[in-house]
Amino acid sequence: MPKRTDLKHVMVIGSGPIVIGQACEFDYSGTQACQVLRSEGLRVSLVNSNPATIMTDPEFADATYIEPITPEFVEKVIAAERPDALLPTLGGQTALNTAVALYESGVLEKYGVELIGADIEAIRRGEDRQLFKGVVAKAGARLGLTGDLVPRSRVCHSMDEVRDTVAELGLPVVIRPSFTMGGLGSGMAHTPEQLDLIAGSGLAASPVTEVLIEESVLGWKEYELELMRDKHDNVVVICSIENIDPMGVHTGDSVTVAPAMTLTDREYQEMRDLGIAVLREVGVDTGGCNIQFAINPENGRIVVIEMNPRVSRSSALASKATGFPIAKIAAKLAIGYTLDEIPNDITLKTPAAFEPTLDYVVVKIPRFAFEKFPGADPELTTTMKSVGEAMSLGRNFPEALNKAMRSMETKAAGFWTAPDRFGSAEEALHALRTPHDGRLYAVEEALRHGATVAQVTAASGGIDPWFVDQILGLVELRAEILDAPVVDLRLLRKAKRAGLSDRQLAALRPEFAGEDGVRILRHRLGVRPVYKTVDTCAAEFAAATPYHYSSYDEETEVAPSARPKVLILGSGPNRIGQGIEFDYSCVHAVMALKGRYETVMVNCNPETVSTDYDTADRLYFEPLTFEDVLEVVHVEHSTGVAAGGPGVVGVIVQLGGQTPLGLAQRLKNAGVPIVGTSPESIHLAEERGAFGRVLAEAGLRAPAHGTAISYEDAKHIADEVGYPVLVRPSYVLGGRGMEIVYDDATLRDYITRATDISPEHPVLVDRFLDDAIEIDVDALCDADGNVYIGGVMEHIEEAGIHSGDSACALPPITLGGRHLDIVREYTEAIARGVGVQGLLNVQYALKDDMLYVLEANPRASRTVPFVSKATAVPLAKAAARIMLGATIAELRAEGMLLATGDGGLLPENSPVAVKEAVLPFKRFRTPAGKGVDTLLSPEMKSTGEVMGIDMAFGHSFAKSQAAAYGMLPTSGKIFVSVANRDKRGMIFPIKRLADLGFEIVATVGTGEVLRRHGIVCEVVGKHSEDADRDAVSLIASGEVKMVINTPQGSGAKARSDGYEIRSAAVSADIPCCTTVPGAAAAVMGIEALIRGDMTVRPLQHLHAVIRPELSA
Amino acid sequence: MTDAILVLEDGRVFRGESYGSVGETFGEAVFTTGMTGYQETLTDPSYHRQVVVQTAPHIGNTGVNDEDDESDRIWVAGYVVRDPARVPSNWRSTEDLATRLARSGVVGISGVDTRALTRHLRERGAMRVGVSSVERDPQALLARVLEQPQMTGADLSLEVSTPEAYTVDAVGEHRFTVAALDLGIKRNVPRRLAARGVTTHVLPANSTLGDLLSVGADAVFFSPGPGDPATADHAVMLAQEVMKRSMPLFGICFGSQILGRALGFGTYKLGYGHRGINQPVMDRTTGKVEVTSHNHGFAVDAPLDGVADTAFGRVEVSHVCLNDNVVEGLRALDVPAFTVQYHPEAAAGPHDADYLFDRFVELVERPGQVRKQLINGGK
Repeated sequence: MPKRTDLKHVMVIGSGPIVIGQACEFDYSGTQACQVLRSEGLRVSLVNSNPATIMTDPEFADATYIEPITPEFVEKVIAAERPDALLPTLGGQTALNTAVALYESGVLEKYGVELIGADIEAIRRGEDRQLFKGVVAKAGARLGLTGDLVPRSRVCHSMDEVRDTVAELGLPVVIRPSFTMGGLGSGMAHTPEQLDLIAGSGLAASPVTEVLIEESVLGWKEYELELMRDKHDNVVVICSIENIDPMGVHTGDSVTVAPAMTLTDREYQEMRDLGIAVLREVGVDTGGCNIQFAINPENGRIVVIEMNPRVSRSSALASKATGFPIAKIAAKLAIGYTLDEIPNDITLKTPAAFEPTLDYVVVKIPRFAFEKFPGADPELTTTMKSVGEAMSLGRNFPEALNKAMRSMETKAAGFWTAPDRFGSAEEALHALRTPHDGRLYAVEEALRHGATVAQVTAASGGIDPWFVDQILGLVELRAEILDAPVVDLRLLRKAKRAGLSDRQLAALRPEFAGEDGVRILRHRLGVRPVYKTVDTCAAEFAAATPYHYSSYDEETEVAPSARPKVLILGSGPNRIGQGIEFDYSCVHAVMALKGRYETVMVNCNPETVSTDYDTADRLYFEPLTFEDVLEVVHVEHSTGVAAGGPGVVGVIVQLGGQTPLGLAQRLKNAGVPIVGTSPESIHLAEERGAFGRVLAEAGLRAPAHGTAISYEDAKHIADEVGYPVLVRPSYVLGGRGMEIVYDDATLRDYITRATDISPEHPVLVDRFLDDAIEIDVDALCDADGNVYIGGVMEHIEEAGIHSGDSACALPPITLGGRHLDIVREYTEAIARGVGVQGLLNVQYALKDDMLYVLEANPRASRTVPFVSKATAVPLAKAAARIMLGATIAELRAEGMLLATGDGGLLPENSPVAVKEAVLPFKRFRTPAGKGVDTLLSPEMKSTGEVMGIDMAFGHSFAKSQAAAYGMLPTSGKIFVSVANRDKRGMIFPIKRLADLGFEIVATVGTGEVLRRHGIVCEVVGKHSEDADRDAVSLIASGEVKMVINTPQGSGAKARSDGYEIRSAAVSADIPCCTTVPGAAAAVMGIEALIRGDMTVRPLQHLHAVIRPELSA
Repeated sequence: MTDAILVLEDGRVFRGESYGSVGETFGEAVFTTGMTGYQETLTDPSYHRQVVVQTAPHIGNTGVNDEDDESDRIWVAGYVVRDPARVPSNWRSTEDLATRLARSGVVGISGVDTRALTRHLRERGAMRVGVSSVERDPQALLARVLEQPQMTGADLSLEVSTPEAYTVDAVGEHRFTVAALDLGIKRNVPRRLAARGVTTHVLPANSTLGDLLSVGADAVFFSPGPGDPATADHAVMLAQEVMKRSMPLFGICFGSQILGRALGFGTYKLGYGHRGINQPVMDRTTGKVEVTSHNHGFAVDAPLDGVADTAFGRVEVSHVCLNDNVVEGLRALDVPAFTVQYHPEAAAGPHDADYLFDRFVELVERPGQVRKQLINGGK
């Protein structure tokens, strides 16, 4: 049954910004889909608001719309493009929900657009919990199974119904809101108070005000199956996944293992039969789906928990775990192919109609960011809270586990590399009772201090004894290593085969004096990893794809190659401050260098495009630690040289964020050829004193500053430069630990909390420039010191908010030519002074017409993809070429860079791009169940970003808001409460809103000022004043459509009022401006919306405005 | 931990540790890629005289239980794994695997780079092997390996067959009776038949047509089993007699090769065989793909396309493996006989091909209609 011939033009919807529960995996799946569809000769139009994605690169679709993924905007795209079909299953819940909305509103029918790869009724049956229960029952009947195949449950639409249901089922119960993604709003209630809290917010979070109250299967074994079906009803199971954390922890927050480790064939096949029957009964037309099961460890009773009738985070994991590209195959199935007609990419000789089999073990560990949200409850529940994940492969479970643990890039890099947390078996067992980040460390400690496997299983609420025993094996190995008179070949091999790192061994044996000592011994004894291949078939057939992982086994499978090799080090697990933007740059480096070099990618993040085996010539799925990277360099270099080639000619460290950058100096010292900006130059930019000298030599201004290792030091500096001061640790990404401090007491408090201060890692104390305009520049510099300004971004919020969290505009909207000239002059001086070869990001503050350098980072920044898309120039590609010796002049001549001028000198009529950050506050609650404060600060908190692009700022800003938070209002009530210092600045924008017909509601102080300027407003109390109509209840009731609230300077009460107001706005899902410039920008956006002239344009057209040669 | 060595007949040596029983063993080295079902694999008579390499790295995780054996003993000649489980974990587990292996005298080796071994067998083909935890000298072991018989030409049916006939009763209402020639049958075959109301008489491999008829058989089943089908002259002759009488005939695996030979086709040894539970087979009647359980080192050499004329009328290839186009099923169009080379009874493996037992039941109960359907559907 070959490809359909009636489809000529397919529209794909992406998943929008990275948020918790929806990350890079949908860039991976969407990119694959676009590539497949185009290679099949179809026209592809794409909608996705996330500029940091590969899929939104203009070459991946025929028409790329970086527009909000809302039914309104997508309809505009459909009207403009008139596609034959819409493929909504590769863009996560966002795409699926949008498709359902377009179907229900009749838009698809109106424009004659067919949904492919999905069927509305099937989506409903899969996602509507009540319908799904019936589906499972029917599927069970089909198999002749009796008994409850789902947990007993009831759907409720009100709190009364919820309470009645719980009276019947008894506590604890699980609460799951319908139609939310990543389990948002769900949780488990053990007490009536928890029930009210969770069910109440769950009802609010569900777009259909619906929650499911369900019998608790807490502590049962948890499994997932990834399945695919074609239109000929062929079904295959791609992967089974077993959660180490039993039921009760969201699978996205669980440590998971593939394949399932603790099922007999009989049980596995029962699960497979049930999964297939459910898939058929739901009627997923074609494509992938994910089904979750729970199994009672006491008696094997199996229940179906839920299904996702689409490609999901787990399918990305399954694709990387097995080598079977689910999204790619799903796209082919959607256009009519059947599984037997599609070749297996890896073997080339066998078809995709089969079930991958693994001869290795895969472990995935989630990465959390609780340190960014101090008030948030770190207990793991059925609501997903992790921001990223790392995956690893090993030839056995301990090897994979240890590799995954050191891939996390947390302070502890696996067992025994950080101080014990508990100190006794009792303490560790106690900690295990509450699921939390790093739970396996508690398992290890409990066992080491004498707890039994059974005790650990019981305390942890059901971690399978098999997994606990595997960790016990590591505890025993630790004792063996500690007790051995010497670490000999046998013991070293044994330790390495269990996945222990040199660093872990060094931690156990002080005589090595660090991991270098272990490595020297290991190399002397010839104990080095071999590299195996992920081939979908456990070596039954030869693999054509070099997708490798390390193991301490016998035979290596790395093919010799004489081509010059370039390694690109990726960025590891997503975390706040280091995410998809860096993966984007790494992938671009591969694209730029492929063909010229053999490109070799090293990364451990399963969500990304970089770890698609199709991206680079070779892929090593490995932790980004010094040891693991060095071994990859070694094997690539030695096999290259043995084949008569030059081996590794370059390693790129400046595109993957702080992770690879942090390895640069050690790699160089070990003889690895780092290309681009040298580690010494990196140090020049990152070390405060050295950088200060660079600035001084060039005569560039910077805020007065100093470094401190004690409170006395810090106070001395603060007295000298004057408050407020910005304090932060050195060498950080994402503004970790960065704060603005206004007085001695807070300064003392900060120093006390910053426990890691040492002479090597001092605290930086800078004069903070109040009310300055912040400017961000991305630039390229070649080896000859020629500089190309990629783009100049003007922040919408004033300096002091982390650049990753603030909105910005490109081209800068208020800067004049003279300012831009100074920015250019400064940037060139820094690039040359530091000795950059590749990318450079500089942050400036403009205050009282004076430009100050805040910081410079000689690496790809978070804004590289945004700038590239806003200016039609692929900066990361250019950077990769420059690192390997190309000059800016050459790249101009090639057409990669603009022939004349640069991103700092865009044509007058260039489109305006606005970047807006997306924040995860909704995900987090305090232990008491309240929202966490949404206030922005120098510490980055956003998980992702969107881009709004149009011909005028107002339009672009309105689009960015629609994409990030939902549409700005065009009528209704706006609540205003601003700090005294902001009151003057607020008058004009609020006046404008009143003129546009909005009703203004204000607090007393703000209202007074507004009235004096002739603005009619209703005055209400703040929350704490307990009036009948206080601000918080007005917001909660939905009466208010937007909030403008800037933080009050000081005073606990004022601060907590602001917190209550902002949390209410986040809960009510309405825009909330916390700065004056943000509010002013919102007003411009609202004006654009009211004028009603909002249009959509593909990036290809917008780029042609900047680069007319592109349209030729 | 006792050291152990594994030596292939081409001289390649792998080192590991003793697993199961300490001792020495020989056989044909084959690999199986199933990630579940080691207990079923170990007790499958088709693995008689074979040293089985498990590509799945962790073996023994769920222990062994009283329910999942496919025969009354472990048949593998030796066992090669990478990481044996330290403890079993499963609610049905009654014993850990290492103990069972030791108790059963199965010599195994663990800690081997099973992937390297598998790649070697894939490239060089299945070959003789020795595993020893008593011999230290690989050359000495190699000499003994080279003395072992080859699998080609091995007639093993009588070694695995039941010495005495026994009966597996139908569950529920009895529909008809099948005589199953035990060439190495797995328990799940009569079980799948019983679930459909079929009573199965399992008969020794050397049974005659008279023996089959004497149990009142309405149909005959030729079981899976080990060895070279080229040696199975008795079973081949029996299949021909069954077809001459137009008795419905169904065969699995070795049984399929018997039918192939009975129809006049040849059989041949595959390079390294099909052993795993993820093999895609297309049912050419429906065009659908089923994921199936395989365990065969030999295959039937029949024309893939069109209809072949044989002494028993027209015959076509009903199923093929999509990985390599090996014949996976035969269907006679003029006599009521069909067979598959793979394992619809699964155990271990997916249940996708379970429908073949229904086809068999249909063939017995409504032979004319089924044949008409097959012919129409097939072409």
